Amino acid sequence: MRPFSYSRAEDIDTAVNEVTAHEDARFIAGGTNLLDLMKIDVIHPQHLVDITHIAHDTIENTEDGGLRLGALVTNADTAYHPEVEKRYPLLAHAILAGASPQLRNKATDGGNLLQRTRCYYFYDKTTACNKREPGSGCAAIDGYNRLHAIFGASEHCIATHPSDMCVALAALDARVQVTGPDGSRTIPFEDFHRLPGDTPEKDTNLREDEIITSVDLPPKGFADHYTYIKNRDRASYAFALVSVAATLEIEDNVIKDARIALGGVAHKPWRNKEAESLLIDKPADRDGFQAVAAAIVKEAKSFRYNEFKIELARRSIVRALMEASQTYQ
Amino acid sequence: MATNHIGKPKNRVDGLKKVTGSAKYAAEFNAPGLVHGVVISSAIAKGRIKAIDTHDALEIEGVLHIFTHENTPGLAWFDLSYKDMDSPPGAPFRPLHSDEIQFNMQPIALVVAETLELARFAALRVKVEYEVETHNTKLADSLDEAIEGKGFRAGFEPPKSIGKFEEAYEAADIKLETEYFHGAEHHNPMEMHASTVIYEEDGGLTIYDKTQGVLNSRHYVSMIFGIKRKKIKVISPFVGGAFGSGLRPQYQLFMATLAALELKRPVKVELTRPQMFSFGHRPITIQKLKLAASPDGSLQAVSHSAYSETSRFEKYVENVVNWPKKLYRCENVEEIYKLVQLDMYTPLDMRAPGGATGVYALESAMDELAYKLNMNPLELRLRNYTDEDKGKEKPFSSKTLKECYRVAAEKFGWSQRNPEPRSTREGHNLVGWGMASGIWDAMQTPARAKARLSADGKLEVGSATADIGTGTYTIMTQIAAETLGLPMEQVTAKLGDSSLPFAFLEGGSTTAASVGTAVKYVCDKIARKLLKEAGKIDDSPFKGAKMEDVVFRDENIVDKQDDSVFIPITEVMKLRGLGTIQKKTTALPNFLKQNKYSRNTHSAVFAEVKIDEDLGTIKVTRIVTAIDAGRILNAKTAHSQILGGVVWGVSMALEEDSFMDHHYGRFINHDLAEYHIAVNADMPDIDITFVEEEDHVVSPIGVKGVGEIGLVGVAAAIGNAVYHATGKRIRSLPITLDKAMSEVSAI
Repeated sequence: MRPFSYSRAEDIDTAVNEVTAHEDARFIAGGTNLLDLMKIDVIHPQHLVDITHIAHDTIENTEDGGLRLGALVTNADTAYHPEVEKRYPLLAHAILAGASPQLRNKATDGGNLLQRTRCYYFYDKTTACNKREPGSGCAAIDGYNRLHAIFGASEHCIATHPSDMCVALAALDARVQVTGPDGSRTIPFEDFHRLPGDTPEKDTNLREDEIITSVDLPPKGFADHYTYIKNRDRASYAFALVSVAATLEIEDNVIKDARIALGGVAHKPWRNKEAESLLIDKPADRDGFQAVAAAIVKEAKSFRYNEFKIELARRSIVRALMEASQTYQ
Repeated sequence: MATNHIGKPKNRVDGLKKVTGSAKYAAEFNAPGLVHGVVISSAIAKGRIKAIDTHDALEIEGVLHIFTHENTPGLAWFDLSYKDMDSPPGAPFRPLHSDEIQFNMQPIALVVAETLELARFAALRVKVEYEVETHNTKLADSLDEAIEGKGFRAGFEPPKSIGKFEEAYEAADIKLETEYFHGAEHHNPMEMHASTVIYEEDGGLTIYDKTQGVLNSRHYVSMIFGIKRKKIKVISPFVGGAFGSGLRPQYQLFMATLAALELKRPVKVELTRPQMFSFGHRPITIQKLKLAASPDGSLQAVSHSAYSETSRFEKYVENVVNWPKKLYRCENVEEIYKLVQLDMYTPLDMRAPGGATGVYALESAMDELAYKLNMNPLELRLRNYTDEDKGKEKPFSSKTLKECYRVAAEKFGWSQRNPEPRSTREGHNLVGWGMASGIWDAMQTPARAKARLSADGKLEVGSATADIGTGTYTIMTQIAAETLGLPMEQVTAKLGDSSLPFAFLEGGSTTAASVGTAVKYVCDKIARKLLKEAGKIDDSPFKGAKMEDVVFRDENIVDKQDDSVFIPITEVMKLRGLGTIQKKTTALPNFLKQNKYSRNTHSAVFAEVKIDEDLGTIKVTRIVTAIDAGRILNAKTAHSQILGGVVWGVSMALEEDSFMDHHYGRFINHDLAEYHIAVNADMPDIDITFVEEEDHVVSPIGVKGVGEIGLVGVAAAIGNAVYHATGKRIRSLPITLDKAMSEVSAI
């Protein structure tokens, strides 16, 4: 670990000012990923701005009938919040499928969005990784790529985003509120994370001097029909090989709204709205679910060690939709 | 035999210290002026160091020294000096010896600084230039380079075929040929390897080391650095798991000692978790089996061959193919064991080395044969049950395996098994049952112990063995307390200190039988002395009494014939004016007696798995195991040992795999996030039964050892259950969901 300086911000404005004022500065909240990466010298900020005292640590109703998750609410407090459990059970399930109780107690909702990939090569400085060191190459493409992407990868990077929470947020069409030197803006969840393209060092569209203040959930929580399936190599404390968040709105066995988000398969939580629309105004049955699953995996592309993910994704989508169509309060 | 302590489910005597954090581990010792060393690891697998630039690192204030091959003083010249008590044949790796890189993550420098933070920072500023040479880390592609797996090593039995395999195989009615594979595994004890070395004023060393043998560490340091043994004290009171990784001195010991001697200051070196993947591991094997049987299931011929990896500099050998002759009655057995030398570090004993992997392949193949014969897999084992080791042509010193099969099968409900694969469903899940046998060696090694009884009736016993979490402290305490009729609270056990009497490495399931016997013997000596002294007291009822006339019970010497005749031990001490009684003894195995027998522990393992038919996710839902390990000294710690073995077996079957990236020649999933070890949520209900039979051939105290046997057979039982559930035979470990997913799915 390299030496760094540290300051604590008391509110959003000073936080943004501090991070702008210092060269190579980062915000730190739970630090559950940032500190690990600093210890192994994968990232080495010169200054850390502690944002754990800037408030934004509550969950509140919004005027439009949705729910605002303050950026500094912990993952654990979010998952066990009565309003989340009642109105957005998908989100609670997804959060609890990730990490460990200790990590969820420490990690914040804003930080969850900003966690880095778990690609082995990103974590090993002796190997090539364009995300860690732009221009050095991608060791995963011809290496051990069991964990890697089947959607939206590029020749520069095939890493995946590891979050479970974000898969649920993608399905729920959450909005990310951010503040920077130029004021505040709202980023729709699907635009928050990005595909690697030729700049895999950038995980998100958040600017370096911007800070997440909250994650807003729209009123529709799909509490009647939802599922989160996480396939992984052990029952706890493992990142998803393929995960699926599925939500349905059903009236008289006819689907009125459907969302399918996949985790562990791309550089961002993966959605295919065109495919999802195949379900609309159709009966909630296996044929329809198989059709949409086939449409989603049609554009998948695998590498040497992750071919299984394509069929696993297809089956998991069908399974998730079948389960979601049956869940009732 | 009625006992007060032995066999009972006693709590660990060191439990309180462990759960309250007062048990100190190697990296937790401190000394005034302690400095910290950080190891720099090679980024390549093979080649030479062209240059190491330490300039920028040394500029940092507080950085004291950077040791590299360029400035490390001339040390011992001969390979022999680097050999330790567990070295395989070959030339041991010498840290910082030359510019040659022999394996990826090889330690190439040690940065020493006033603080750990400074040392880590400075390590980042050391620039290394390499001359890269082509490496080879691929076992499967290099089988034509295989050499014979042979050479002398403690516990290693070179393969030895018996009968006429080819002839018998050709003549048999039912034949099976199959191949199994498993990847490398790393020990990954919770505590990372660490050494804290204190440089003493007289030039001696006090070393706190993570090790399974303090005497091995002392020997290693003494030989390499040319320091007399009596000037080196190695202390290791607690070990946070080892599983074999502490059998050989690891390079942090060399590094910390080197720095302490050069800088004349106390130095601590602790490896990082990724560096825990830089030394010994369970070697990858490719195993081929040929089995032939008559239609009734009688084995006619067995061939077991294994290709295993080793380093370029040492030939690591273990008993992979030696088990069929011990497990089954078969006259024609072929054993082939080959090594392929690769540009990797030498493998290292890992819990049930050779047995865990060899028996996995053998017992999986036996299951395949059972299905081919359309025979109950348990019946096939019983049909070929043997009371004799076919290789040695000797009977077993004890063997309760038949009863283990019966007990475990009954508890599991094996008789309810539907023999048809894919026959049982629960919702999305396919349910499967499998079983396997396990076997491991039972050994006693020479050990010494000392004991000191004080006037107040307190006893201290000691031996230079280790407690790697197994419960050694506790069983030493129990045996001593039992022998002298004392409450356990009055007994203190000492271990993990090189000034204590000799004990061999804490490994191979030998410690209870070996150190336990030494403790028994030394306490017997004290008892005899006490009785003799008691006889000298005026009007003593014990005048001329022999040991067989008395019992030691409730802190008294008691007349066996008449309970009312007794004398408190403290009274003997007081009346005879004895301040202390001190004794030392050596317990040697009775080789003459032992050589008449083959000596083994055995197990029967039954497993139930549930596999999501569509998604391939596997859950082990039940394990029932019955264990033949001789006499059980402590029902609780022995149970825990088997429990740990079963947990490891589940982990080995489904999760553990150190993945080698052949482009870099480097294990790439080198942390605990990506090297998966089973977690609580993976664990099934585990049912353990000991089928006891005291074995006084293996050890005078009747013990056979429980360290490894709990693991052997578990992976095969799970793999066999996966086949029964799915109809799919998966011949490589770990069995991950992608392998278990059915080819076609209803969804």
